Amino acid sequence: MLQLPLLVTAQLDLVLVLVSLLSLWTRLSRLSYPSSVVFDEVYYGQFVSLYMKRIFFVDDSGPPLGHMILALGAYLGGFDGNFVWNRIGADYPCSVSVWSLRLLPALCGALCVPLVYLLTLELGFSHLSALGAALLLLLENSLIVQSRFMLLESLLIFFVLLAFFSYLRFHNAHSRSWSRYSWLLLSGVSCAAAVGVKYMGLFSYLLLLGVASVHSWNLIGDQAVSHLSVFIQCVCKVLCLLVVPVLLYVFWFYIHLSVLNRSGPHDQLMSSAFQASLQGGLSRITQGQPLEVVYGSQVTLRSSASQPVSCWLHSHKANYPIRYENGRGSSHQQQVTCYPFKDVNNWWIIKDSGRQELVVDTPPRPVRHGDVIQLVHGMTSRLLNSHDVAAPMSPHAQEVSGYIDFNVSMAAQNLWRVDINNREAESEVWKTILSEVRLVHINTSAVLKLSGVPLPDWGFGQLEVVAEKLPKGHSSSLSWTVEEHRYGTSQGRKEREAELHSPTHIDVDRKISFWSKFMELQWKMLTVKQEESEHKYSSAPLEWITMNTNIAYWLHASTNAQIHLIGNPVSWGVANLSLLAYQLLATVYMLRRRRGLKDLTDGAWQQFVSLGVVCVGGWMMNFLPFLLMDKTLFLYHYLPALCYLYLLSPALLEHVYTHLF
Amino acid sequence: MAKEECNSQWHKARDPSTVRNRKVFPSPEQTHQSLITPESKNKQGDNTFPSNGSSADFPGRRRVDSSNTPLLIVVTGLSLATRLYKITEPPHVCWDETHFGKMGSYYINRTFFFDVHPPLGKMLIALAGYMTGYDGTFPFVKPGDKYEHHNYWGMRGFCAVLGSFLPVFAYLIVQELSRSHTAAIITATLLIFDTGCITISQYILLDPILMFFIMAAVLSMVKFNQQRPFTVPWWLWLILCGCALACALGVKFVGLFVILLVGLNTVGDLWRILGDLSLSLMDVAKHFLARVAGLILLPLFLYLTIFAVHFVLLNKSGPGDGFFSSTFQSRLIGNNLYNVSMPEYLAYGSTITVKNLRIAGGYLHSHWHLYPEGVGAKQQQVTAYLHKDHNNMWLVRKPDNDTQSGSPELVRHGDIIRLEHKETTRNLHSHLHQAPLTKKHFQVTGYGLNGTGDTNDLWQVEVCGGRKGDLVKVLRSKVRFLHRATGCVLYSSGKSLPKWGWEQVEVTCSPYLKETPSSQWNIEDHINPRLPNISLSLLKPNFLEILLESHIVMIRGNSGLKPKSNEMNSKPWHWPINYQGLRFSGVNETEYRVYLLGNPVVWWINLASLGLYLIMVALASVVIQRGISPQQKRIEHSDVLRGGGGLLLLGWLLHYVPFYVMGRVLYYHHYFPAMLFSSMLTGVTLDILLRNADLLLRQPYSDWLHRGGQMVLLFTVLYSFHLFHPLSYGMTGPLAHEPGSAMAGLKWMDSWEF
Repeated sequence: MLQLPLLVTAQLDLVLVLVSLLSLWTRLSRLSYPSSVVFDEVYYGQFVSLYMKRIFFVDDSGPPLGHMILALGAYLGGFDGNFVWNRIGADYPCSVSVWSLRLLPALCGALCVPLVYLLTLELGFSHLSALGAALLLLLENSLIVQSRFMLLESLLIFFVLLAFFSYLRFHNAHSRSWSRYSWLLLSGVSCAAAVGVKYMGLFSYLLLLGVASVHSWNLIGDQAVSHLSVFIQCVCKVLCLLVVPVLLYVFWFYIHLSVLNRSGPHDQLMSSAFQASLQGGLSRITQGQPLEVVYGSQVTLRSSASQPVSCWLHSHKANYPIRYENGRGSSHQQQVTCYPFKDVNNWWIIKDSGRQELVVDTPPRPVRHGDVIQLVHGMTSRLLNSHDVAAPMSPHAQEVSGYIDFNVSMAAQNLWRVDINNREAESEVWKTILSEVRLVHINTSAVLKLSGVPLPDWGFGQLEVVAEKLPKGHSSSLSWTVEEHRYGTSQGRKEREAELHSPTHIDVDRKISFWSKFMELQWKMLTVKQEESEHKYSSAPLEWITMNTNIAYWLHASTNAQIHLIGNPVSWGVANLSLLAYQLLATVYMLRRRRGLKDLTDGAWQQFVSLGVVCVGGWMMNFLPFLLMDKTLFLYHYLPALCYLYLLSPALLEHVYTHLF
Repeated sequence: MAKEECNSQWHKARDPSTVRNRKVFPSPEQTHQSLITPESKNKQGDNTFPSNGSSADFPGRRRVDSSNTPLLIVVTGLSLATRLYKITEPPHVCWDETHFGKMGSYYINRTFFFDVHPPLGKMLIALAGYMTGYDGTFPFVKPGDKYEHHNYWGMRGFCAVLGSFLPVFAYLIVQELSRSHTAAIITATLLIFDTGCITISQYILLDPILMFFIMAAVLSMVKFNQQRPFTVPWWLWLILCGCALACALGVKFVGLFVILLVGLNTVGDLWRILGDLSLSLMDVAKHFLARVAGLILLPLFLYLTIFAVHFVLLNKSGPGDGFFSSTFQSRLIGNNLYNVSMPEYLAYGSTITVKNLRIAGGYLHSHWHLYPEGVGAKQQQVTAYLHKDHNNMWLVRKPDNDTQSGSPELVRHGDIIRLEHKETTRNLHSHLHQAPLTKKHFQVTGYGLNGTGDTNDLWQVEVCGGRKGDLVKVLRSKVRFLHRATGCVLYSSGKSLPKWGWEQVEVTCSPYLKETPSSQWNIEDHINPRLPNISLSLLKPNFLEILLESHIVMIRGNSGLKPKSNEMNSKPWHWPINYQGLRFSGVNETEYRVYLLGNPVVWWINLASLGLYLIMVALASVVIQRGISPQQKRIEHSDVLRGGGGLLLLGWLLHYVPFYVMGRVLYYHHYFPAMLFSSMLTGVTLDILLRNADLLLRQPYSDWLHRGGQMVLLFTVLYSFHLFHPLSYGMTGPLAHEPGSAMAGLKWMDSWEF
């Protein structure tokens, strides 16, 4: 039955609406000016382009969600990825919709202002304080600048504020209502988004987890609540704040990897198996290769180490010099190196030490873990050899050479045992791309290793390969993977050489699971270190507090129009002052309370403490870790911490006004 | 030429063999205060942790009963026996003995040297050597050198005796914290029969000395907590604690962690006293001041004294001179600046060395090497170099290259000069290219040949605080060199260049003209045969200046120990799982091999106990927080777990976690202080676990389980010690992968190298 009259009661906080509008205006007006690349747009832009072209890349600076949001904006604006982001200040062509590229960060930046308003209310302060906080954020020019371009900080700040707001909504809601769990869920989702945009989000996420655990702890101590209810509430919190964020974080990678399915410039960083899963690139070569390495196989061996570059075991018609520059002698046998480019000299043939043939038998005899083989260099027919001669650049290790018999009582020592590192069974077959293999020298039990040291001119700057006498641990420089592979069929040497020159082909498809791709990519992102050097505008964390630094984002070549990232000195000062004042007040309160002098009622004290935990705690979590980092840092890294202080200032003022006067 | 020179000098200290580089630098800390919070403390009474402030309800302290003494004697005896057994084997230099033995010799010979650690440990080693008849003549060149007739046993024995105290101290600490003999015995057993602790105590190293003082500090802190305030023993333990802290810091900067531990404990203590409303504010102030005096002022004074002794002892010039400023060097006998005489004012045609005024700033240096491709212009490198070297020599020239006759003309404030590098005859040059590391500055190079160059080679001399026409005093004037063409000032950034620059310090030309020591230089050597030499009496530096300077040099030295890229580095996560040890001596089958590796059984028990501890504490805390009140006995247990165990966990964290954020080279033995805390925690945890066997089984059976568990634990540790003891006491013969070896079948992890 429809009940009449049908009424809709709506309450509208006009102040909130007003600041939101102002905020949208400051962040969104003339968004497409300047129509050229501004500062780090040059960096994020290239990833946006790669997303549009679905080309795989590795960015070690952070997880993919932020890039994907930027790419979404570009996609909606119809950007086709055909723009070369090569320098700051380059003009966008008319085909690029600059407005849509910058829209999503600007929108998130604008929404931060009403969020701060609501967050102050949730912390238990008045609308006036909320307005104050919103105004501080609204009028902070550094935040405006950072929001108006295709950058990630405004996204990060937005998600962090949203996470705290929704968590506090959940916490303040009446404990009977089940709808409050949607707020908790939203909080978890925002946490995942914040961490997904930048790893810096982790700091705020940890703080939120800390707050949530203290609340749960108090809940456990509340004996008015039944055991069952406590248990259920705790489980819900764990689900929403731990399990959901972790799953979502992985999900961002799932989208990332599903979108980027073509090979690209960063392929080389990844394992062969990973590369083979991308379209084009390696998979084009390796498609349909025989899986099992057999006697007579023609293979290229890629070092598992990707530092300094990835490369293939290589040899060529040049010998080690008789004497090195420092006077040490060598064997003067043929050089064996590691070469970072595809080359016909990268081909090796697997040979059974007991037989002469270099072709595959019918049926093929697979090479298994523990088998002893010889490796014949395809183009020169020299056998891979090692002996007790110091290697050219790493004298503690043995030299590896293509054996030449000079009749100088230096016998050939060319037998190698195949050790499959990632074997599952003892007699596992050596598999193309999938197996990581160590080649152990039979005579000396040294292990074939990429030392990574570039050889001098006589070695054409290629990388040194040695046999390591005392291999330590599971260094990736000790293992090798068969990348290209085919069954050799040519008997004679001439035909064989011709065969090596011909491209490989045949086809089968090989896939690795999403999970192993995710783990590999995540590991690469955390471990690949780019050479960090000082930037013209980089700064030290302590300079941020005093705003002793700025960044010139953009400069018009002819008109000299400029955009700078620099804070509003007044609000900056207010923020620093309130930080100091809070700490001072807190110390005095705490000492006095400890002596039994309660200046504040318990409610007011609770409010004061939670203000400090969220705001001062947030500032500390987002600032102090930078003091320990030796990354290149910029002023914009301080902006999240600053937002916490803007939240603090008006609330503290209200506290002082109500309780100290 | 210069390359080999610099390189060899710099690498003299780090032998390319198995010797690691050097030492620890502590860093900020995770503050994890896991002491019982005041509220819960008050709620549950102070039975296990008698409050230091509340004298009213001070419980009768159970005097340690008589059975304690024989046990203690057994522990001490076993500990001494295991540490001193085969102390003189092997009769050659092992691992870092090459550093610390050498430094002991320096003290005996009173030659000045530079090390990244504070001096106390090495002074004690020297003292021990001196007392036992070591004369300081053995050179300690590299590991493996035979000692022959030199008396080295005294130094080793001293370290081993200090190392023997560790199990004893641990026993007493656990005894105090848990009030249980069993827990104390478990801890002592673990430590006595740990091959790692034995090995690290047996050689001339700083670690046994450091750990001795760390444990002494913790023991006195724990004892102090148990005393009635302001009684004689209370003061005694307070003072002992202060002394131990100063000594720990005086041995290695790792001592900072134990200072932090004691500091946090003291803050917690004071907080509790403050909350005790039965004490007047006056009492609180007295407590506060007593701790300030005992734990801050006294250690500070002792620490300064250590350095004073160090500086008084080392009064002869030695290998460490170049790291320090000119004034510092002038107090070392035998240094070229000691009672120096040279021409007083800087003149054209003189050969000079120029030293940066920043502390440990280095000499202006150049050598026959170019900046590599991509780093500014490909011209000759100019760096700052900390050692004395003939490549530090520069000639002062007039811009127009005139060779003058007659008496040489003096350089005045405002003059335009050229500085020509004596060895390579290139001019000091700068231009508008980015400097290699400090991108905001300009690159400085050596340019031209035999004095011909361009206008970018001209520098204006400016005496700080001087006026136009002032003369430049050698050694005493602070001089700036302003680049004529670009207006920038010669600057030493203090950053180490990469390998291509031989890890020397970057020199740039800074466009920021603010006067800082980095842009000020002084003229140190000054050779001009045509001018009369005048004896200069320098301003002798005062003690605090020397102290500050040597600390900055030490900290720089520490952070300069970066891991080499192609070496396998030890990572902090390797340590608790005993992933890889350190070779102390010997590599192959014929040599006498000693391998520093913790007894894996002990270490893995420790690791498991850490997890167990966390689970037990979490369970106990939730139960109590939920208001379920168990028996009195269990409440006592959980108090021990949370109070004493928390303190030990905090100690472990403080001595372990900071290594994760350290940028310097890390080694396996850095974990040993943390391992001591972990073993003590194991004692507490396992004891309480076994005592709660009755949760699982009924009365008689639970007792059997309790006893049985203790026995199994004891015999496991003993048997594993029997298996692994050759690691510590040395072995020869085949390596572990061959059947005839002493360690056959015991290479449980591939990463162990024996």
